[in-house]
Amino acid sequence: MAEATGTAGTAGTAAATAGPAETRPAREFTDPEAPRAHGRVLEGLRGYGLIVAMWIRSTMTYRTSFVLSTVGNAAITLLDFVAISIMFSHVDVLGGFTLPEIALLYGSCSASLGLADLLLGNTDRIGARIRDGSLDTMLVRPVPLLAQVAADRFALRRLGRVVQGLGVLGWALWSLEVDWTAGKVLLVPVMVLSGAAIFAAVMVAGAAFQFVAGDAAEVQNSFTYGGCTMLQYPPTVFATELLRGVTFIVPLAFVNWLPALYLLGRPDPLGLPGWAAFLSPLVAFVVFVPASLAWRAGVRSYRSTGS
Amino acid sequence: MRQRVRLYAAVAAGGFRRYATYGTATAAGVFTNTVFGFIVAFTYAALWDQRPGLGGYDRAQALTFVWVSQSLLAAGAFIGGGFQEEIQERVRTGDIAVDLYRPADLQMWWLAADLGRSAFQLLGRGLVPLVAGALAFQLALPSDPWRWLLFLVSVVLGLVVSFAVRYMLGLLAFWLMDGSGINLMATVVSIFFSGMLLPLTVFPGAFGEFVRVLPWAAMLQVPMDVLLGVHSGAGDAVGALGFQAGWVLVLLGAGRLLQSAATRKVVVQGG
Repeated sequence: MAEATGTAGTAGTAAATAGPAETRPAREFTDPEAPRAHGRVLEGLRGYGLIVAMWIRSTMTYRTSFVLSTVGNAAITLLDFVAISIMFSHVDVLGGFTLPEIALLYGSCSASLGLADLLLGNTDRIGARIRDGSLDTMLVRPVPLLAQVAADRFALRRLGRVVQGLGVLGWALWSLEVDWTAGKVLLVPVMVLSGAAIFAAVMVAGAAFQFVAGDAAEVQNSFTYGGCTMLQYPPTVFATELLRGVTFIVPLAFVNWLPALYLLGRPDPLGLPGWAAFLSPLVAFVVFVPASLAWRAGVRSYRSTGS
Repeated sequence: MRQRVRLYAAVAAGGFRRYATYGTATAAGVFTNTVFGFIVAFTYAALWDQRPGLGGYDRAQALTFVWVSQSLLAAGAFIGGGFQEEIQERVRTGDIAVDLYRPADLQMWWLAADLGRSAFQLLGRGLVPLVAGALAFQLALPSDPWRWLLFLVSVVLGLVVSFAVRYMLGLLAFWLMDGSGINLMATVVSIFFSGMLLPLTVFPGAFGEFVRVLPWAAMLQVPMDVLLGVHSGAGDAVGALGFQAGWVLVLLGAGRLLQSAATRKVVVQGG
């Protein structure tokens, strides 16, 4: 065992110096076959797909556990919603919102978070990888590090949450009387997908943060799970300072609040105009910039523990 | 006997120290508990403003419920993070064999270690969120030291009930090998049926009656009611603590039965 980790350690030092070099254009001179930017993305996606397929095969080895955990994953969100329904057995409106309106908020944010969690939810394991030195092994593999970290222990059971969130969202849209326009129809899938992208950016930033503070994996739960708990209630319930924070600093309000308020024809408590509802994809794109910069800075600053 | 006590005390101290080592992780956990506390507190405030007295609590009591539950979240391992993942891993890798030939009782060993962990997390992860909550909101924390003492006893009983359930979940690894599915289910059940998501007194009708006698009620709802003075009379408090003690006996006993079934099943290969 000691021998195995020793080898990984030495390989890691080589990789730590090779890592940053990958981002330099100089590499193109040394290797004429080096893939260009879009090539690297494709390469990353291909590697991601291969690792994911491997984990799915491995998951299917313990079938009882897989079935239980998929059902459990759906049930986690279902019980959240049961708790909200119990609240509504005592009141008709909460913060001025009815149960189907809250179901719209709940379903969309649950589906978004579920999707982000399915695709790169295990990025928070990077802290453990840094501690035990197994990140070094990843650095020498010919697949971009982020793709490996995102696919690490890919958990298909998380599909449970996505399906459950979409189910509640479907029920909400069916029971609400929305004045449908082409824009509003388009907004529903855009909301779920951009929401997932915003959560994904938070997860990448959280993973990058672990290069600095390895044990602090739980902080990102505040923004992902905590954010989703917040977004499933109407914004009218929360204090204005908190609303400003999640609109302008960590723009979680664009995950579902602003699009959903537009669908429901309600004004934003912060007074943002209606067209802000359509900014979610742009916001998702913009938040990826600091997240990916943080990720690059994190990888570049990485020093192997050597064990 | 004295040797035994000293052994388990040492194991508990080890559990305490082990978790005290990770300062950053503790700080991260405190941050998360505080953020969740704020989010849930705002939603409860909205609910109780609309329906004062819901579930037998006024607004300040409901907010106290939120913040004290966040403070107990890590100690009670309501969303995992205790030892059950570890015991499952030890079963999977075969390290459990080492635990079995130790001259100590398996269940008591893990109980001592887990209580040590809980003691640290009660202090390390419990105090700051509660102070933050008390500064930001008006809470109904009692001033009577006797009530706090009863609360502490009730919390310890709740922690043992929580341990007893998680011990059995850990042992299930002898049959299931991979515990991640069962752990996830256990998390769902424990946050919902303990009152972490919504106080059990708010649950309606017969379903409410039913959830209030389950073991999960003994983990959070009962300690909270003891603190909030719902069981204020001496007789009431004894009833509440007796309810918890009853579940402690039943569940620890069931754990022992499961343990003997598991150890009969285990085949240790040399090497």
